[in-house]
Amino acid sequence: MNQNQQTDTEKGLTAKHVCKTFGKVKALDDVTLDVHPGEFFTLLGPSGCGKTTLLRIIAGLELADSGQIFTGGRDITGLPAIKRPVNTVFQSYALFPHLSIYENVAFGLRSRKFPEAEIKKRVNRRLEMLDLAEMSNRHPHQLSGGQKQRVALARALVNEPDVLLLDEPMSALDARLRAQVQEDLRRLQRKLGHTFILVTHDQAEALVCSDRLAVMRRGRVVQIGTPEQVYDNPRDSFVAKFLGAANLIPGKRAPGGIETELGFLALDKTPPWEEGTVAIRPEWIRIGETPPERNGIHARVAEIVYRGTNFDLWLEPGRLRVRTSSYKRIELGREVWVELAPNELVILEEDHV
Amino acid sequence: MSNALLSWYGELTTRGRLLKRGSALLMPGMLWLMLFLVLPGLVLVVVSFATRGAYGQLEWTFTVENYQRLAGFSLFGWTSDYLIILWRSVVVALVTTLVSVVLSYPLCFFIAARSERSRYMWLTLVIIPFWTNMVIRAYAWFLILAPEMPFAKIAAFFGFIPDGMPLYPNAFAVYLGMVSMFLPFVTLPLFASVERIDWALVEAAQDLYASPVRVFTQAILPQTMPGLSVGIILTFVPAMGMFVVPDLLGGAKYMLVGNLIQQQFGSSRDWPFGAAISMGLMVLTMIGLHIYRRKGKEIEYV
Repeated sequence: MNQNQQTDTEKGLTAKHVCKTFGKVKALDDVTLDVHPGEFFTLLGPSGCGKTTLLRIIAGLELADSGQIFTGGRDITGLPAIKRPVNTVFQSYALFPHLSIYENVAFGLRSRKFPEAEIKKRVNRRLEMLDLAEMSNRHPHQLSGGQKQRVALARALVNEPDVLLLDEPMSALDARLRAQVQEDLRRLQRKLGHTFILVTHDQAEALVCSDRLAVMRRGRVVQIGTPEQVYDNPRDSFVAKFLGAANLIPGKRAPGGIETELGFLALDKTPPWEEGTVAIRPEWIRIGETPPERNGIHARVAEIVYRGTNFDLWLEPGRLRVRTSSYKRIELGREVWVELAPNELVILEEDHV
Repeated sequence: MSNALLSWYGELTTRGRLLKRGSALLMPGMLWLMLFLVLPGLVLVVVSFATRGAYGQLEWTFTVENYQRLAGFSLFGWTSDYLIILWRSVVVALVTTLVSVVLSYPLCFFIAARSERSRYMWLTLVIIPFWTNMVIRAYAWFLILAPEMPFAKIAAFFGFIPDGMPLYPNAFAVYLGMVSMFLPFVTLPLFASVERIDWALVEAAQDLYASPVRVFTQAILPQTMPGLSVGIILTFVPAMGMFVVPDLLGGAKYMLVGNLIQQQFGSSRDWPFGAAISMGLMVLTMIGLHIYRRKGKEIEYV
């Protein structure tokens, strides 16, 4: 969380036991989460996991079947969208095509009948902040995707919402621009100190932007934590696979470790299950010429994938993925030793959902 | 130059060949328009400056007397009769268009909200009146507004009409007939726009604290403007010249310019005056469309 920017008013967001069904589909199944004031919080999950539904319920565009939403300690569950202290950046941006950029940004203030001078001051400040001042007279169709996205951001932020909701705001941008916008968004949020809630299915985006993130699946929150916590200690195999790449190794509990198809692997802790899975990130596997002391596996390089910054090696047996830096060339078919160090192996719980 | 090969949407051809083919395809339509629109139009202009003979024949003594008559100047001084009829036609056309638009919006939203399958049934119901001749539809109102029917009885009960009288001919019946005649002309094009509304804009307006009026004018109206424009023009222009409905449902007391023209070319056998009124109607329609386009440009919907 952003300590120095923390506002004195407590303007976080809390969702309590939120449920929502569409027909027979449970879109949200008892979702409870706390977004701290001034925090950049991300709802991460595959399509259909309920993250957008939750965002829409927070915005007041969808009504929860049960549960409550609070902002700054105030229950807003029963309030319509126009009375909620939240604003949304829509996935399609939803800019008004017949209005100029200036008027688009001024829309919320005009709705609330702010005096003209105040509107001008606030709109111009946001336009300048987001580098849009020169385009204030243009119309949305004359703007590029990145510019439209900034207009949508300015249009929401000008209302100074307690919570800003972002519904996959970068999905329409090309990959290069997206990477840049993610960092810009992070910086902007730090500067403003507003509470941001971002919905995305892009794990890289979630890692870059968030103070904390919630991984969702099938209408439930699987794990909440800082990006590092969740990446380093995925709770179950779904989180391990969804956030980054992971080697999942099934096995049976044995004294001091587990028995797997790759042989015995020593663990630091005793797994809570009889039969289950451990995970290890490809970049955590050490590769060498000689057998390591513990948890060494002799394998052959079966496939090499070049990724610019690194190589992904697929090893047989066991279909292990190992990430090595790109200056270290290893030819195909080579016999190597890899070490799955006990402290790098994450013991996963059974899949929660 | 015209022999240079070019790719025309994938077809390999030359400029000359395209030109030839284009003209050949355009020719029938052009001929049709020349013969049946441009030529008669010009004849009308000429006739409007001619004089009526004693037996209703055309005499080629050119005069502006017909236009003076339309403006109300006659041998017996100035009368506003014809101008009132023209003005009344404009009002009836405007009101008909307005009422059709006001009725069409909820109807379109209703139909657009139906499931894919029943949507087309509802649209068919809107179109069904087109299967019947306009005159027959006008006569159908006779039955509905007849003294025996509840509508006339209710009107009589409240003292709007004498007991035992039908609800026609009067202005109310004309509006009823006109709106029922033109409603589909607004509903169908408007529906095409309503069906494609991007509801995210409505949600965005709600998210930005817009009142219901603001949601409509800023998020819905601009998006439905294309269909609405087509509907308004398709209704206003023919409504200006409509004569069947006012003739049958309006009677002599509620004459519109269409009836006046029909009368001049028919029973009065005064073709020059009829032609002059037609020109007047055309000018008024053009002015109406011009104002509409100017206003449309000012609002500048994309």
